[in-house]
Amino acid sequence: MAFNVSDIRKDFPILQREVNGKPLVYLDNAATTQKPRQVINSIVDYYSGYNANIHRGVHTLSQEATDAYEAARGIIQQHFNVEKPSEVIFTSGTTHSINLVANGFESILQTGDEIVVSALEHHSNIVPWQMLCERTGAILKVIPMNEEGELVLPEFKNILSARTKLVFVNHISNALGTINPIEEIIAMAHEKGAAVLIDGAQACCHLKPDLQKLDVDFYTTSAHKMCGPTGVGILYGKEAWLQKLPPYQGGGEMISEVTFEKTTYAELPHKFEAGTPNIAGGIAFGAAIDYLNAIGFEQIEKHENELLFYATKELLKIDGLRIYGTAARKTSVISFNLSGIHPYDVGTILDKMGIAVRTGHHCAQPIMDYYKIPGTVRASFAFYNTLEEVNRLVDGVKKAKLMLS
Amino acid sequence: MTINEVQQDLIDEFSLFDDWMDKYEHLIGLGKSLPLIDPSLKTDDRLIKGCQSKVWLHAELEDGKVVFTADSDAIITKGIIAVLITAFSNRPPEEIVEADTSFIDEIGLKEHLSPTRANGLVSMVKQMKLYALAFKAQLKK
Repeated sequence: MAFNVSDIRKDFPILQREVNGKPLVYLDNAATTQKPRQVINSIVDYYSGYNANIHRGVHTLSQEATDAYEAARGIIQQHFNVEKPSEVIFTSGTTHSINLVANGFESILQTGDEIVVSALEHHSNIVPWQMLCERTGAILKVIPMNEEGELVLPEFKNILSARTKLVFVNHISNALGTINPIEEIIAMAHEKGAAVLIDGAQACCHLKPDLQKLDVDFYTTSAHKMCGPTGVGILYGKEAWLQKLPPYQGGGEMISEVTFEKTTYAELPHKFEAGTPNIAGGIAFGAAIDYLNAIGFEQIEKHENELLFYATKELLKIDGLRIYGTAARKTSVISFNLSGIHPYDVGTILDKMGIAVRTGHHCAQPIMDYYKIPGTVRASFAFYNTLEEVNRLVDGVKKAKLMLS
Repeated sequence: MTINEVQQDLIDEFSLFDDWMDKYEHLIGLGKSLPLIDPSLKTDDRLIKGCQSKVWLHAELEDGKVVFTADSDAIITKGIIAVLITAFSNRPPEEIVEADTSFIDEIGLKEHLSPTRANGLVSMVKQMKLYALAFKAQLKK
């Protein structure tokens, strides 16, 4: 199928709307992506056609809902090339997944053990590990970054030791767009016997990771950054690891037998899926992945690289504009500032022109501290953005500069 | 002039602009004309929480009136501060405590007043009223 961006845009009802009297230019895709009608319809179809609780009813609706939910798990399993569907745990998103793993490692870690995270993390992702360290006496180590916004691998090698039990790195940095060398990171960590958890929230709308090939122990992503709904995501874990970790939350679905003396936990994946899940969300997540695959990740990558290349080139023509994050391997995220102008002001003016960007520290304060800036303006592109929209952004930034200087 | 008259003046002043660009250019101009705050007053305890841009607000009581000085690292925020200072500074504490803030809507800066907006205009107004309340209590003693 030929890639035609104007046809693709017709799938997204929200892209037809105006903001402040101008056609919307949505460039905050790193925060959340917009949803195509195929995904929206899958939610409407579920609630209007076969809404029922799953995994327990003998009636037809319950069976249909269970089949659709499990089919979505199958779509996700295939998409990420996971060996067994039971290795795909539905969660409420990456934050939930990370807390699930952090909680599980509490029974594994001992005082003096080490957890390694990267300097490029979303700061909310650092908190679960800090809390885990407080509970277990483990020590948190950080892989530093360089001026380009890349992780310094030789430093990582120095940090790794026999005490390292877990390494946590994002696949792609939300603030800078750097694609981290997770293949090397996983191999280096495994050499020391440490497990690796990769946060793929920023990655999975841009590329298609092969989890078996990566040989990663845990991988997580959120549906809403892949054209799916909010409130649902997955945790992939190698079966052996998922068997080893204790359940995270107690409740229905996650048990096999309950007496007042003892409870036997359910088999994977249900051991980690307590309570009624986000059924519509899971089904819609499957629809989102089908949608992305129908377009094709090669095409998506090619188009986004074109947008990134063009936007970088055009923005850099503006005097006094600096781009933060200039890694050799990066995705379609441009974090920038205009010399002497606060990012908040630029974002406010762009909004007036119907252009949605993110301003601030992007929940990555350690990165902002590294560059000694309060924040940046971040434009993040998706496959449904166009070169004309890049032009509107560039014109908007020029106008903002004129008004604010 | 009463506080209501000052606010009406601000409404009239902003009603001259039909275009958002002119309005923001005026706001930016006001931001630039805001008197510089003494750097020694830009301390963390004067920082208003909930702002994406930094806002320092200082208040003093002079001859029974509250005088506000403030600064921000973002120019549009500074413009909004200038509007608030025009409306509230050099007023007896009682007037500030009881002042209506609907003029901000009428000026067309309502979007900045939304509690979810990261610029913390709501916190700014709240902090000004809190200062006034504290001075009011002080005067009663």
